[in-house]
Amino acid sequence: MKYALYTGCVAKGAARELLTSAQLVCEKLGVELAEMTDAACCGAGVIGEDNPMVADILNARTFSLAEAQGLDIMNICTTCQGVHRKAQRKLEKDPAYMERVNAELQKDTGREYKGTVKIKHFYEVLLQEIGLEKIREKVVRPLQGLKVAPFYGCYALRPPEVNDLEDPDDPNELERLIETLGATPVDYEERLKCCGFPIMMMNRDNSMKLAGNAVAGAKDAGADLIVTPCPLCHLNLDAYQPEIESRVGRKLQMPILHIPQLVAMALGVPKNALRLQTHIVRPTGMLAS
Amino acid sequence: MANNKVLFRIQRFDPEKDEKPHDQDFEIELLPGATILKTLHRIRAEQDPTLALRYSCGSAICGSCAMKINGHAILACKTQASECVRDGMVRVAPIGNLKVLRDLVVDIEPFWESLGKVNPYLMPAGEAPDKERAQTPDQFGSIDPSTTCILCAACYSDCNVLGVDPSFLGPASLAKAHRFIFDSRDANDQPRLREISERTGVWDCTHCGECSTRCPTETKPLERIEEIRVQAMADEHHGNAGARHALGFRETVGKRGLLDENWLALRSAGFFNVAGLISLMPVGLRMMMRGKMPPLIPHSIDKADEVKKIFARFEELRK
Repeated sequence: MKYALYTGCVAKGAARELLTSAQLVCEKLGVELAEMTDAACCGAGVIGEDNPMVADILNARTFSLAEAQGLDIMNICTTCQGVHRKAQRKLEKDPAYMERVNAELQKDTGREYKGTVKIKHFYEVLLQEIGLEKIREKVVRPLQGLKVAPFYGCYALRPPEVNDLEDPDDPNELERLIETLGATPVDYEERLKCCGFPIMMMNRDNSMKLAGNAVAGAKDAGADLIVTPCPLCHLNLDAYQPEIESRVGRKLQMPILHIPQLVAMALGVPKNALRLQTHIVRPTGMLAS
Repeated sequence: MANNKVLFRIQRFDPEKDEKPHDQDFEIELLPGATILKTLHRIRAEQDPTLALRYSCGSAICGSCAMKINGHAILACKTQASECVRDGMVRVAPIGNLKVLRDLVVDIEPFWESLGKVNPYLMPAGEAPDKERAQTPDQFGSIDPSTTCILCAACYSDCNVLGVDPSFLGPASLAKAHRFIFDSRDANDQPRLREISERTGVWDCTHCGECSTRCPTETKPLERIEEIRVQAMADEHHGNAGARHALGFRETVGKRGLLDENWLALRSAGFFNVAGLISLMPVGLRMMMRGKMPPLIPHSIDKADEVKKIFARFEELRK
């Protein structure tokens, strides 16, 4: 099993521990990765609001790079994943527009997107391609007794037609993965809500309120940690947790892990390889030992 | 037929008796093809006539019967009850982000007030013509989706930002603004774009996607919000953090293929916004101490020239 690894910008910038842990898990599971070092930013939905066609050309270029490698794409960020899938669907649904985008792409790069690449997030590869049974067999350090609150992130959920969730209104994919690792999933009201990251620079008050609700909601439901497939959710919930704590008026100290970090722990990857010490809220107890 | 029995767990609230809302269970047989609204009518007719809910046309036109089913807003008359059963149960509650008056009935007034803030009427230039102000099919096409809004408030109910800030204009009002900004007969598009680019407007939306997911029509507010942002950028309404943020993407991705997160933060805050820049310092220092700071010399992708060329024709493509 081999994928073209699309790292996205954040896993090369403020969340480098995500890239490291995803690579380590894939090594353990026998998934080969070819990093797409020539792929550009997906635009995070922002370039598409400045110039939609430029965003579509950039993403068509990324898809064409994977096609040239003969590989499907693995994302490790749900924002990249959601933006890629939306772009792909837009091109699929409108062949005339896809022709225009390809014509522009060809002019600048000589490349063409043929429409054959599949795009999956890391956790979708685990659930759909490898399968939870196989992962269960590879668990050497079950996360027994650990209460884990999944935080899906908007792009993993909406729009539902671009995601592969069995029930997008009440998904259980992350919960099933958490159980497979031996931990206990925690149910809480905010698990499907927005973390507030996209408006951090536009309206910090609202962004912090959304983040505060998520972290406090998980805490009140008894979670030991939050796990998320989106590094942007991770950043808002982790890097700003001191500000969140002062707003909610109590200590939360809630570690926010990337999905690959949690999987890696259960698969027996040494903890110091997971760069948990780079988190603003450092995991303690069982997670640290 | 007995196999078709399900539990409707309905949120009840009587302001004269209850301090806070509580759930009440009704066992009911689901009739083939029955909508949620029809099933609620049967509960009222056969079990409890005091159950309060809003409804009118029963045909997804009037927008009265929005409510939450299993935690998400839907239009009761447009939704098959059989599709909502989870573990033998359908959970029914009033729409969110509005005060509950009684059972499933909410105070809709803040929703109307929000709509009023975007001047939801045509503001054409000049005297009224003798005949109507005509539009071509193409001109109408650009506002066709936003004219389909039935004001049901399903989007308002599930909007994540409205959940924390009632002053946000919200998806329905922004979609209504779209309907006039892009109307070929309206002459007030630039003031509208300017106002809507300010705080509480389009850039305060988080993109959570709830509005479009819950919208029972083709309005799809998030898509309309995105179109407003594209237009605001094109018309250079750049004096706000949202536009600066988008410019930051253009400037850094267009140069190196990857986003420079450090530049983006400073650019979005505004280089002359001293208070804004100072407010970034605690998180910046914190991340630096942990080795979590993005690299000061930003990465480039291989073959960044290809991306540069695409961006170089940016202005041309915009047209």
